[in-house]
Amino acid sequence: MKEIVVISGKGGTGKTSITASFAYLGGKDIVVADCDVDAADMHLLLEPDFAKSEDFYSGFIAKIDQDKCTQCGKCADVCRFDAIPVVDGQHWVESLNCEGCGYCPRVCPADAIIMEEQNVGQWYVSTTKTGSPMVHARLGIGAENSGKLVARVKKEAKNIAQQNHKNFILVDGSPGVGCPVVSSLSGANFVVLVTEPTVSGLHDLKRVHELVKKFNIRAGCIINKSDLNHRVCEEIEDFLKKENIVLISRLPYDETFTKAMTEGQTIVEYKKNGITATLKKSWKKVKQTA
Amino acid sequence: MKIAIASGKGGTGKTTLATNLSAYLSEEEKVVLIDLDVEEPNSGLFIKGDLVHKEDKYKMIPLWEQDKCTLCELCQEVCNFHAVIQLTDQIMVFPELCHSCYACSELCPTSALPMVQQKMGELKHFHLGNLSFVESRLDIGQEQAVPLIAQTKKYINTHFSGEMIQLYDAPPGTSCPVIEATKDADLVILVTEPTPFGLHDLTLAVNTMKELKKEFGVIVNRHGIGNDDVLEYCLKEHIPVLSKIPNDRRIAELYSRGELVYQKFPEINKQLLKIKNYILEMKNGKAQ
Repeated sequence: MKEIVVISGKGGTGKTSITASFAYLGGKDIVVADCDVDAADMHLLLEPDFAKSEDFYSGFIAKIDQDKCTQCGKCADVCRFDAIPVVDGQHWVESLNCEGCGYCPRVCPADAIIMEEQNVGQWYVSTTKTGSPMVHARLGIGAENSGKLVARVKKEAKNIAQQNHKNFILVDGSPGVGCPVVSSLSGANFVVLVTEPTVSGLHDLKRVHELVKKFNIRAGCIINKSDLNHRVCEEIEDFLKKENIVLISRLPYDETFTKAMTEGQTIVEYKKNGITATLKKSWKKVKQTA
Repeated sequence: MKIAIASGKGGTGKTTLATNLSAYLSEEEKVVLIDLDVEEPNSGLFIKGDLVHKEDKYKMIPLWEQDKCTLCELCQEVCNFHAVIQLTDQIMVFPELCHSCYACSELCPTSALPMVQQKMGELKHFHLGNLSFVESRLDIGQEQAVPLIAQTKKYINTHFSGEMIQLYDAPPGTSCPVIEATKDADLVILVTEPTPFGLHDLTLAVNTMKELKKEFGVIVNRHGIGNDDVLEYCLKEHIPVLSKIPNDRRIAELYSRGELVYQKFPEINKQLLKIKNYILEMKNGKAQ
């Protein structure tokens, strides 16, 4: 079983549209994991049935019992996150600022502070319209610990893949280089980097690849909107050569991406045109290289 | 006045708007643009100024001092993030997991875990006429964006007047880095595109801003592609649509080269004027 993670550094490069097309082409051979838990969109194209859902608890927030509190202020003194302001003479916890470190209850002489476990989202196990299993999630508003929710989604996807003897886990990762991306990458066999020939696309590709290198994972790259800027496209290809990244394919700047999405379809379902053929070849190459 | 430019979905045109709007506003007044998308900061590709200041940014982590340690296990017990682990004869610190709460360090009975600096990123400050530009970038391998965003905001509060227009280019998504980047804003501008992904992620962003009790408005970028669902949603929810920026491949081409677009497209200029008027009206309203 191989785990393939699709990431992009920069948002809006077409990562999810491409991943959903791969998921459609992979059909029942794969398990889909949407690890872009912050702004998960793949369900809009793959129509998962949300058959099983579970709350996800992670991290804590401090809560002050005003009946026990003597307003001594020791909690506010030790808090490094400005999370315990005083309003109308009363200490209270600004939950947006609280990191859940648990330092304040340890110094409270009146035992007035408890740490409450946080429900930070839900995760789901579904069957998609192709019949493949899909694990996905929804992070609560402003929640922390998205990396941990990603790890939970991936663990479940792995269990399902092992039990059902699936050949591939296809993971849609999140943008950036921070904790959810780090969590998406851990344990992966192959990374697909989706980029675009813009100065930002190249800049973000370089940063996210630096992270991929730390994990020692082999990588391939898809250049989307490749005809938008030939000069930057060449720069990207030079970078790929230098870093030994497999060039999987170039896709044209094509509004089919948007049109398919508007119909709730993956690109390969929507239009049997040149771009579909390229995506089919790309998926084949990804499977062979992974 | 602090204005945060955010979006649920990535790649909707946040940075394009932030850089063009700040350059446009700076034609007549002093503006500071701050790139808080510290994981992938891109504004600097479009705004080139003179570097006036550069500093490394640090977070504080505990350092184990073996000779003072009695291996009492308290540090491991108090750390909610599993960043301090006691093995048979030593303490291990995992800096990437540490939230710099100081609990292990200050509660240690023998002061065996003093807090020391660890570099997490770099801040740069540029000048270009009326426009100041500050960006921070997270070192690769550092997982937490929030502390660097918080320190960058502190830098801005120390070096710039609150009366000035401050534009914050926020990270995408709706999780903790976005909250840190938007929670002090007087106005949040959500940039979206008129597609199902755009709408879905916009609703997440709108719910986040409602939770934060923020004033916010929407800008529809690439107007003309997709469908009208985003506009209908905004109408139904009584969310002001500040501007609709037309879809045009030529804009994407200029963007791909790292160029600003507003001087070359009269239509964009017109849209920026609308946004500027909205901001100024709000700013003057606040002042009264």
